[in-house]
Amino acid sequence: NITDSDPDGRLTVTDKDVKLQEIALAKNEGKELTKEEKQRLRKEKKQHKKNKKDDKGPPEKEKEKEKASVPAPSKPATQSPAHKAPAPVHASESAAAAEKPAKSKAELRAERRARQDSERTSKQGKKEGGQQSASSKPKATPNELQPVVKRLPEHVQVDDPAALKKLAKKLERQQVPLRSDYGYKVSLFSHLHQYSRKSPPTLQISIPATVIHPSIVRLGLQYSQGIIAGSNARSVALLHTFKQVIQDYSTPPNEELSRDLVNKLSPYISFLSQCRPLSASMGNAIKYIKKEISNIPSQCKEEEAKGKLQACIDSYINEKIILASEAISKYAIEKISDGDVILVYGCSSLVNHILCKAFEKQRKFRVIVVDSRPRLEGREALRRLVKKGIRCTYVLISALSYILPEVSKVFLGAHALLANGYVMSRVGTSQIALVAKAYNVPVLVCCETYKFCERVQTDSFVSNELDDPDDLIVTRNGKSHLENWQTVKSLGLLNLVYDVTPPDFVDLVITDLGMIPCTSVPVVLRVKNVDQ
Amino acid sequence: MPGADKETELSERIEAFLSELKRCGSGAGSLRGSAETARETTSLLRRITAQARWSNAGDLMEIIRKEGRRMTAGQPSETTVGNMVRRVLKIIREEYARSRGSTEEADQQESLHKLLTSGGSSEDNFRQHFTHLKANVIEAINELLTELEGTTDNISMQALEHIHSNEVIMTIGRSRTVEAFLKDAARKRKFHVIVAECAPFCQGHEMATSLSKEDIETTVIPDAAIFAVMSRVNKVIIGTQTVLANGGLRAVNGTHTLALAAKHHSTPLIVCAPMFKLSPQVSDTPFTRFSEILSKVNAHCPVFDYVPPELITLFISNIGGNAPSYIYRLMSELYHPEDHEL
Repeated sequence: NITDSDPDGRLTVTDKDVKLQEIALAKNEGKELTKEEKQRLRKEKKQHKKNKKDDKGPPEKEKEKEKASVPAPSKPATQSPAHKAPAPVHASESAAAAEKPAKSKAELRAERRARQDSERTSKQGKKEGGQQSASSKPKATPNELQPVVKRLPEHVQVDDPAALKKLAKKLERQQVPLRSDYGYKVSLFSHLHQYSRKSPPTLQISIPATVIHPSIVRLGLQYSQGIIAGSNARSVALLHTFKQVIQDYSTPPNEELSRDLVNKLSPYISFLSQCRPLSASMGNAIKYIKKEISNIPSQCKEEEAKGKLQACIDSYINEKIILASEAISKYAIEKISDGDVILVYGCSSLVNHILCKAFEKQRKFRVIVVDSRPRLEGREALRRLVKKGIRCTYVLISALSYILPEVSKVFLGAHALLANGYVMSRVGTSQIALVAKAYNVPVLVCCETYKFCERVQTDSFVSNELDDPDDLIVTRNGKSHLENWQTVKSLGLLNLVYDVTPPDFVDLVITDLGMIPCTSVPVVLRVKNVDQ
Repeated sequence: MPGADKETELSERIEAFLSELKRCGSGAGSLRGSAETARETTSLLRRITAQARWSNAGDLMEIIRKEGRRMTAGQPSETTVGNMVRRVLKIIREEYARSRGSTEEADQQESLHKLLTSGGSSEDNFRQHFTHLKANVIEAINELLTELEGTTDNISMQALEHIHSNEVIMTIGRSRTVEAFLKDAARKRKFHVIVAECAPFCQGHEMATSLSKEDIETTVIPDAAIFAVMSRVNKVIIGTQTVLANGGLRAVNGTHTLALAAKHHSTPLIVCAPMFKLSPQVSDTPFTRFSEILSKVNAHCPVFDYVPPELITLFISNIGGNAPSYIYRLMSELYHPEDHEL
């Protein structure tokens, strides 16, 4: 790899200026910075920071990223020993500090590369530490054998200015535009982003964008405008787009496909998460792809590797989504009897599929579709079911207590199933489960196993998504009361997207592995990880 | 003849009132609050007492009962009308009894005792004529009107006893009583209000804009998010359309969900309801509007919800705070049992 030519790294003033100008020019034109330019930029910034530190002299505690086996004694002369506090060797600690250890970069990189290779070979078939792929940097910490404490994802740290600065730096390096928050945020949710649909992140990209693949740009736009919505739809769209990206990819010289392709995907993932925070299913899909890519042996030819990856993606979609929904339908249809009145909420592709299949199998039932503002997704579900010929009734969620005495079963879809048994789903699901419990109506949740997630959560506040608050404004007879809500200082609009349902409201979870109670989710996760 | 003119004028007024009620019910006219309806009903009843032809209390009660039946039939969901009619009937009974000289205590005995002791009814059929009865009844109705005018203020005065600083209060839809209640508390304390918008009419939006103008931190949430945010709410304060005899409520749709969520989180549910909303009805038939969108789909749009008394913590009315189990006693003080069926 390219090593530093000048360890001291002090360019003359004129050279530095010229180089920085060139780099700025390249960035503005949207061209991808070459490796040299990126390195120079990095070096410049580091030098700048080092100078500042020497001047200020604050004692900074630096966390080393290496394991204990790294020899620590050789410290360079440039850093005065007073600045280096004894660095605790916490390889498994997250929240990486800003400073890199001040060894010679070439030595460090070579050491790390050797260690990663040895680890990778020894880790074939062992459990990988679960790291959030969406937020991991390209120079990530080496995987540990024991499960690492996960780094807190950026999208729940909006109230922390340090985390925001880190994100801005990372996005600038990847040449991905940073999206700014919109509107007054309710104080309980100041740790989350709130974007406006009217200002998509693509406004700041130059066209044609050469850094981010055009199909990724299109996908990001479709996400942010809500054209593609729903956990399964988003995952499938993502996987298809990645297939396209892999197809168009060509390995640069002196690079290995297995490493370079993963690095190429990172800015795309950052861009997509700027458009809309990634869902749990998308996160799992990305983890799978990254694993598959890094497992490509180095002697594999490019065409062969690409073909293999595309086949992997196809089989993932087929197994985890399509076949899974067939299996779930089979189990679920056993639970539907003639004369049932089934209540569904919003538009879940899986639940719609189950109902259509049950109708084809000549079960006699009717459906009540519950809908809620402001998304009104139930209308889409209503359209699909009526097209099939199923008898439907439509109510808003406030009419729930009125309609529930007639209902015999409730079928709900899920966005993710958390490791403590809570069901994360569209906002309003927990309400439906609560009232159904009060009326003693059984609640069945249908969820594929690829949506199972290792996070735990007990309320809907710490990790959620805030949608565009302007969606709540409604105009009736030409007048709307909330039109100028931004001008009123103490008025806030809250448009939550998800909420969590406690497991005591849910009677049964139907997955492709069978029908399990809500509390068995960590068992399934463990089984899955052992398999992989 | 002056008498006939008065009568035609009277019946015109009654007709106008009835059509006003019908129009409000269908949503075409301007929505008016229950307080206004109560006041207008009572002034109309006063006018009937003053101008209609009657010679003894029994006649008057017949007339009022007949008009009352017509008015409630015009708009069955607006129970305030019926309540006011029953109040006036009780007033007439009391005035009659007082004129006859029998003490009031005898009439307001324990209901159980009354059951055991009253063989035949002590009051005969109100046929005795008293000259001052008209004046007395009109004076009593005037007192009732002043009471009605002061209800919202009486309720708001109790606000500071129930809201502490830095609270998060949740409410649903739009209730003028709750609005006044919260605004009164906001003059002295700082707290945060979350308003559920209550689709499809979204009256919550008006409530939120009105509250935020008084510098109260307000947040509007869609109905689906009620349970999601309930864990951070300290109190739920709602208004209602009617308070039923068993302590339950008939309130705007979505209230039952709100009450269940509050019960799950053990959050107190406080209902601000003036006394004229108390109604002797017990059973509840939901009032719904049906409409056909597609030929194969039924859509339901219920207007009211029934909330059982177990989910309610406290009633705040113009005469103070009460538990739901006490409502039946208040009922017996306001209305005479024979008037429960108009």
